[in-house]
Amino acid sequence: MLLIRCPYCGERPETEFHCGGEAHIARPDTPADISDADWGSFLYTRTNPKGLHAERWLHAHGCGRWFNALRDTVSDAFVTTYEMGTPRPDPISETAKA
Amino acid sequence: MSQPFRRASGGRIDRNRPLTVSFNGKTLEGFAGDTVASMLLASGQHLAGRSFKYHRPRGILSHGSDEPSALLSVDWRHDRGPGYRDPNNRASVVEARDGLVVKTQNHWPSLALDIGAVNDLLSPIFVAGFYYKTFMWPKRFWDKVYEPIIRKAAGLGEAPEYPDPDHYANRHAHADVLIVGAGPAGLAAALTASADASKRVILADEGAEPGGALLNDLTSTIDGQPAMDWVEDAVATLDGRENVILLPRTTGFGYYNHNHVCLVERVSDHRADAPEGLARERLWQVRARQVVLATGSHERPLVFENNDKPGVMLAESLRAYVNRWAVLPGDALIVVTAAASAYRTALDAKAAGMRVEIVDIRLGADCGPELAAARDAGITVRTGHTVIRALGGNRVGALVVAPIGTDGSIGPKLTLDCDCVAMSGGWTPSVHLFSQSRGKLAFDTEIDAFVPDKSVQAERSAGACRGLYDLGAVLADGFAAGSDAIGGAASPQPVEASAAFTGFQPVRVLPSDADPSRIKAFVDFQNDVTVKDIKLAVREGFESIEHVKRYTTTGMATDQGKTSNMNALGLVAGILNRPIPAVGTTTFRPPYTPVSFGALIGPARNELFDPVRKTPIDGWAAQNGAVFEPVGLWRRARYFPQAGEDMQAALARETKAVRSTVGIFDASTLGKIEVVGPDAAEFMNRIYTNAWNKLKTGGCRYGLMLREDGFVYDDGVVARLAENRFHVTTTTGGAPRVLRHMEDYLQTEWPDLDVFLTSITEQWAVIALQGPKARDVLEPFVSEIELSETAFPHMTVKTGSVCGVPCRLFRVSFTGELGYEVNVPADYGEAVWTTLFNAGQKHGITPYGTEAMHVLRAEVGYIVVGQETDGTATPDDVGLSGLVSKVKPDFVGKRSLSRPDMVAAGRRQLVGLLTKDPNEVLDEGAQVVKDPGQPIPMKMIGHVTSSYRSENCGRSIAMAMIDDGRARIGETVFATTPTGFTEAVIAPAVFYEVKGETADA
Ligand SMILES: [Zn+2]
Repeated sequence: MLLIRCPYCGERPETEFHCGGEAHIARPDTPADISDADWGSFLYTRTNPKGLHAERWLHAHGCGRWFNALRDTVSDAFVTTYEMGTPRPDPISETAKA
Repeated sequence: MSQPFRRASGGRIDRNRPLTVSFNGKTLEGFAGDTVASMLLASGQHLAGRSFKYHRPRGILSHGSDEPSALLSVDWRHDRGPGYRDPNNRASVVEARDGLVVKTQNHWPSLALDIGAVNDLLSPIFVAGFYYKTFMWPKRFWDKVYEPIIRKAAGLGEAPEYPDPDHYANRHAHADVLIVGAGPAGLAAALTASADASKRVILADEGAEPGGALLNDLTSTIDGQPAMDWVEDAVATLDGRENVILLPRTTGFGYYNHNHVCLVERVSDHRADAPEGLARERLWQVRARQVVLATGSHERPLVFENNDKPGVMLAESLRAYVNRWAVLPGDALIVVTAAASAYRTALDAKAAGMRVEIVDIRLGADCGPELAAARDAGITVRTGHTVIRALGGNRVGALVVAPIGTDGSIGPKLTLDCDCVAMSGGWTPSVHLFSQSRGKLAFDTEIDAFVPDKSVQAERSAGACRGLYDLGAVLADGFAAGSDAIGGAASPQPVEASAAFTGFQPVRVLPSDADPSRIKAFVDFQNDVTVKDIKLAVREGFESIEHVKRYTTTGMATDQGKTSNMNALGLVAGILNRPIPAVGTTTFRPPYTPVSFGALIGPARNELFDPVRKTPIDGWAAQNGAVFEPVGLWRRARYFPQAGEDMQAALARETKAVRSTVGIFDASTLGKIEVVGPDAAEFMNRIYTNAWNKLKTGGCRYGLMLREDGFVYDDGVVARLAENRFHVTTTTGGAPRVLRHMEDYLQTEWPDLDVFLTSITEQWAVIALQGPKARDVLEPFVSEIELSETAFPHMTVKTGSVCGVPCRLFRVSFTGELGYEVNVPADYGEAVWTTLFNAGQKHGITPYGTEAMHVLRAEVGYIVVGQETDGTATPDDVGLSGLVSKVKPDFVGKRSLSRPDMVAAGRRQLVGLLTKDPNEVLDEGAQVVKDPGQPIPMKMIGHVTSSYRSENCGRSIAMAMIDDGRARIGETVFATTPTGFTEAVIAPAVFYEVKGETADA
């Protein structure tokens, strides 16, 4: 079971959370202006990387807040978690910090 | 049975506490501290079971959890009634106590004489892959012929016949350092890790007492004292530290992500005095900052013909029985070894009074100081010798041995009489937990074993589990590991330990000149896999060790190949002439040892398996004979049968009552969310397809919610209680995901909106009154609200009181009839319900359940999201395009509704189906075709989503999703039935026209 650090509550077990898929896919402001192909990409195309992946998590059985996380899809290690609306941290600087 | 093989003194048994155990109906004697295995050996009983495939007699191979052969059925609480028996307990880890009833397995008519042993003679048909080869064809023979025969002939213990009457505890714990294994390395690690009182340390060991291999050891010294003195000091020190939890009888069986380690503690099986109600086992789920693995190593058997005869044991295990349990497993012992450590067994057995000879595979020149030590003790040592075979029936009686020439030739054979054999093929570090932690293994040629290499999690291995076998090195490694686990703060304590006999020469199969096709030399004892099987598998082209494992089943038994894996791997590598790392190793998976289902489930069984959500009116429903059904976690009243009624009869009565007088229905499970704030209306506009700006305070609207991909997600009535306050209802099952969906958009896409979302599902009981007399029932109890049609029309909401209780009163209908939904605080739900029900008697009020609710809504063509929709239906597909605002520039899902596929012709659309035979009720889920005469595979044009017998319509009715359905109304189609097809006509999805004061406006 993963151990996930909610930015608001601290470390909690995975069973308290719900994963919401890839992060930083902003909903277009005016969807009507988007082409069918671009809207299709917005809906369905995801990166699925091997390695660091920015994803959304909801602390469902806790504070109820959504946040973002950088998780390594190979090791399942959480490099960092951060608040919604803040940019994706630079993983190199995170490594340098550690 | 007395104890003829019990030594007069010594051992870690309490001779003041004698006990007895029932073994196959006979009485075994022993002492506190014994295992069932040590009691069997003390009585002279080596034969302990019959093997899996060939029913060969098997004895006790080991003294620990790696035992593959001596598997017993144990009735733990015979005196408490049935159900306390479980199969396949390893005799070597079942702690003896009064009251145990144990039986051997897998034989008929008796252990000593087993008819199934004919399999041993028929063994050519049981070769590697026999399941795949023999039973492939004909397929229909499998159920009737092959499977029953295999189940009877091959297999281990019998599954329990009763539900497990025991209960099991569950504990979550956090630790700074978790140490698995309390042998010398684990104890040393615990000492240094816990020296810092701020560090919480858990030390767990699968054995009954700490000490690991030192429990078997009478000769090693630490700092000049007997090694067990050091163990006792260490345990006393740890016991005295507040920050340490010592867990004996606790096996770490699973190492999961982020240092989540699962252990199972045996709480009461070993206690004769265990009070009824004490948990049998406790599951520990430990989240550790750091883990130290000190899990020791497993001895390898040697592979030679008949190496499975009872009386043939692992060398260290024989030493354990002699020293720890004061049992002599025989009078005449032959130690066969490729490892120096087995000499310690020979010396200890000799000192205990056994006749001892040693047969060493190694040449004298390759041996260390152990050789001289044995010879000095007067033990005959034959170096450079091999074992051709073991002789004997139900017990080993002799070994045929021979010298190996320098050219590998087999010299003149010699038969050595014996009544027990101790064998050692060297040692295999127990890397199971390390490997489960996703750590990478590296092959160390020096010690012929896989050892931990790169860690992936915050853990380190110490001692024998990483290939250190010398006591001094093991201790130093343990101290260093404990120190490392707390950041190196504690300084390692140097100790001096006596030198151990270490080193071995790996040998996969002992050299022999016997015809290899005619002999059985076992690699995997529990699954009866021989050298021949593995050779055959490789010859047939299975080269990957994972494939060899599955084809031969080697390593796939409940012991997970603890004793057999390296021999199998080495054998395959040898045949393929590849280095072992090139062949690889199989994956280690949890659990390390078998874990009872009870421990894993813990208290989550019966009523605690799935918590049942009950409505405030559940008690009344139960008292009034409701038949319940689960809906999500809720338990809902399905129908209320009267005497002699079946469901169909009750349904007919309930559904007719609603349309003729009035029905009362518990709708409390409806999801309810309050949307509040200055931007509430704007939020609703964005989340729902409908437009909300024009909905006045006090108005209700049927709301439709889509996912961003344009498909229907949920629906429900929404009431505007105030300018900035909406009372939203959702489907019963949809409440949590709808709230999550709303929160998602609110928090992540529109954080600028000033809105709060609150689940109020549990706060309000909802009583639906539906039918022409609904107003007559309700009116006398309502204050502050006028119920007349003009004052309170359909699809409006008012607040006031009902029965003096504050209420939110909805004028809504899910039946098409005049209807109200009375929302009162949950605590008043049953009282208000009872009052309305009693007063309604004079109007013919009838309680109805979910089944009638479904029929009633289908009669008037209302959909149920999740029944008519399946995540691929658009609003237009289900005939709800009128609810989709054309003027709103955006809402969730809007853009998707104009994608080409969503507007293409031919989409599946909601329609009605009327069977040709009005009494025939279609199956929900039945497929629909145009022409049942077409060749298979047929073209399916749709499926039935809802289907009922409708008393109000006087016939069956069904809803279906049909390709281009609305354009096909009037066409004849065919729906599948269990036996073929039945004819039906496509019709509009409305079956009943409400008369009088209708709900639909
Ligand atoms: Zn939180």
